[in-house]
Amino acid sequence: MRLKQILVPVIAAIGGLTGIPAAAVAYTVYVSNEKGNSISVIVSASLQVKQTIPVGQRPRGIMLTRDGKSLLICASDEDTVQILDVTTNEIVGTLPSGPDPEQLNIHPSGSPVYIANEDDALMTAIDLATRKVVAEVPVGVEPEGVGISPDGKILIATSETSNMAHFIDTGTYEIVDNVLVGSRPRFAEFTADGSQLWVTSEVAGTVSVIDAKTRKIIKTIGFEIPGVQAENMQPVGVRILEGGSKAFVALGPANHIAVIDAKTLEVERYLLVGQRVWQLALTPDEKLLFATNGNSNDVSVIDVPSLTVVKSMPVGSAPWGVAISQK
Amino acid sequence: MLSSFLLLQARPVQSEPQNGEPTKQEAPTPGVGAAQIGPAAELTQVPIGYIKQEVKRLIPLSRLHVEPEDYGIAGAQLALKDDNTTGRFIKQQFALDVERVPIGGDAVAALQRLVASEHHFVLVDAPADTLLRLSDSVKDKDVLLFNVRAEDENLREEDCRANVLHTAPDRYMLADALAQYLVWKKWQRWLVVKGVFPEDVAYLEAIRRAASRFGSTIVEEREYKEAPGARRSDSGEQQIQQQMPVFTQGAPAYDVLIVADEREVFGPYLPFRTWDPRPVGGTTGLTAMSWHPAHEQWGATQMQNRFQRLANRFMWPVDYQAWIAVRAIGEGATRAGTAAFAPINNYIRGKDFDLAAFKGQKVTFRQWDGQLRQPILVVGPDLPVSTSPQPGFLHQDAEIDTLGIDAPESKCKFK
Repeated sequence: MRLKQILVPVIAAIGGLTGIPAAAVAYTVYVSNEKGNSISVIVSASLQVKQTIPVGQRPRGIMLTRDGKSLLICASDEDTVQILDVTTNEIVGTLPSGPDPEQLNIHPSGSPVYIANEDDALMTAIDLATRKVVAEVPVGVEPEGVGISPDGKILIATSETSNMAHFIDTGTYEIVDNVLVGSRPRFAEFTADGSQLWVTSEVAGTVSVIDAKTRKIIKTIGFEIPGVQAENMQPVGVRILEGGSKAFVALGPANHIAVIDAKTLEVERYLLVGQRVWQLALTPDEKLLFATNGNSNDVSVIDVPSLTVVKSMPVGSAPWGVAISQK
Repeated sequence: MLSSFLLLQARPVQSEPQNGEPTKQEAPTPGVGAAQIGPAAELTQVPIGYIKQEVKRLIPLSRLHVEPEDYGIAGAQLALKDDNTTGRFIKQQFALDVERVPIGGDAVAALQRLVASEHHFVLVDAPADTLLRLSDSVKDKDVLLFNVRAEDENLREEDCRANVLHTAPDRYMLADALAQYLVWKKWQRWLVVKGVFPEDVAYLEAIRRAASRFGSTIVEEREYKEAPGARRSDSGEQQIQQQMPVFTQGAPAYDVLIVADEREVFGPYLPFRTWDPRPVGGTTGLTAMSWHPAHEQWGATQMQNRFQRLANRFMWPVDYQAWIAVRAIGEGATRAGTAAFAPINNYIRGKDFDLAAFKGQKVTFRQWDGQLRQPILVVGPDLPVSTSPQPGFLHQDAEIDTLGIDAPESKCKFK
């Protein structure tokens, strides 16, 4: 105990000197490599790739189950969602996702799993225990982003060609509202208190911040970086700090992450990362942010308190999704 | 493997059996589509017209290039489905009414019929002169036409019309897209082989313009004068195998041979038969186009799948250009929240309009001539090779405007 008390500040100090922050807890970071057909496993404390696990064809969206025991992987070209046991690192089963699954989300209670089926204009709900489809909800053309409210009552599907965020009641599977947003909505994320829904529109180059109660758009956030052409500003992934102080938005081929004051909804600054940055994930202690750079085959690691990019880590070919363990 | 190869190569006239390919999920999903729409009385109806002027065409050299019966129309139908899937959430219903005008038929009368039945938005697949007659015939009416086929420059320049938007790229855009790629490759010495038809002259003009814009040299222009004959003969390919090397013999040093042969009289004979071992591009070989069935970037796979399920064939440029037009109308109606002409028309032409069209960036209409600005694919026979604009071709506002006619050079004065 005493030794630990001494060592932690020492390690932290060394981390400060080398520019690499020492994380107090060793989280496990999973990155799906879309072209590499693999998952890279990164240890957050050392920022080293520990292992590369071969998985199904074209892995894209990934998410850990709420119990932390499995990683769900959208194996898009195999028309299935694979279940990876994170203890043995072996594929132990599949979920009947329908064709070309891309993104998924999980009810806060642990089940069901919600999967957007782009090809069929459907949102599919699958019971995780029985691995059976429990509901199919017809939504707009090319559903992609899947959001779930913290209380689990509202499920969101964003449809890329209809340009809508569909609000679905998770009890009845009825659509209760549709909010028009900018072109090609890719990703939907609630704030931790459930009061706002953030939707990124890749082609419009905007983020719509929606009041979750009134379902009115509070603000449409645009982006501007000197030297980057407007059409390259293509927001995709978004993460919001639990306290609601800051939000991070990955800007795709603009090769930057926007840092937004989540209270005033103003962009504070832009962080230069790798090429075509798409998805983001925060460590549970919110000290590190991981960003997948699809065209430079690496992951950028951002130290959240100082808002600095501290490392670029090579992973597999075309990294896409990222998920981080709770412990 | 063989069957998938055939599937990729084929450009069938109509649905053909796909050699053992399993039929993909054809069953309609319960609850999706029109069945979900409420009572008709609550719906806002948006009827869309489509005029297809039939044209006499030579049989192309390659049977892969025979035009499908529903060319263009199937793209409009797919967009209609997309619009209606969106529309059912906001009680809008879209319809597509097609007028096929036979050769020598009266396209203007067909348009009058559509306009009389409340069609304010009409896609036009017709030669340039027909399009101009159609445009002038509805000059003072609430009608917006979408040119989904004609690539002629004059429609964007001296003959531009206020009531026409062009989802078809013009020849300058296509030539610029190809030229940028060739310059990026440093294949900057071009031997041009040209046909004798007016379209060939127009394409050649676009190639010459692109060469001077982007720093390439046309080392020689050689004319192919043979009159089009029967495309098949029982003696096989022997003659062609002899003729094409001789025809391309003795050229100054060049990097790439550019063909200007839009009617496909001789162009496809050139690849692999040139005297010098050189790549071939232009109207054959490496070609610039708005869409290709093997394009899968930026989510295009979904569009290709949806189209193939609907039409039982591959999606080609005019299908895509018609898809964009009907999607633009749908987007206008959805955003404006009405079926009324003026708000939709204003939205589509306004600065807030953009469309996600599987090209990696938004597509929008140029204010100065009504031309859709869009990235252009540069494709080989099997796969896209690249997408233009190419890196390094800079523009003060938007790199996409390095393709085609930019604002300062536009001769368009809307009337």
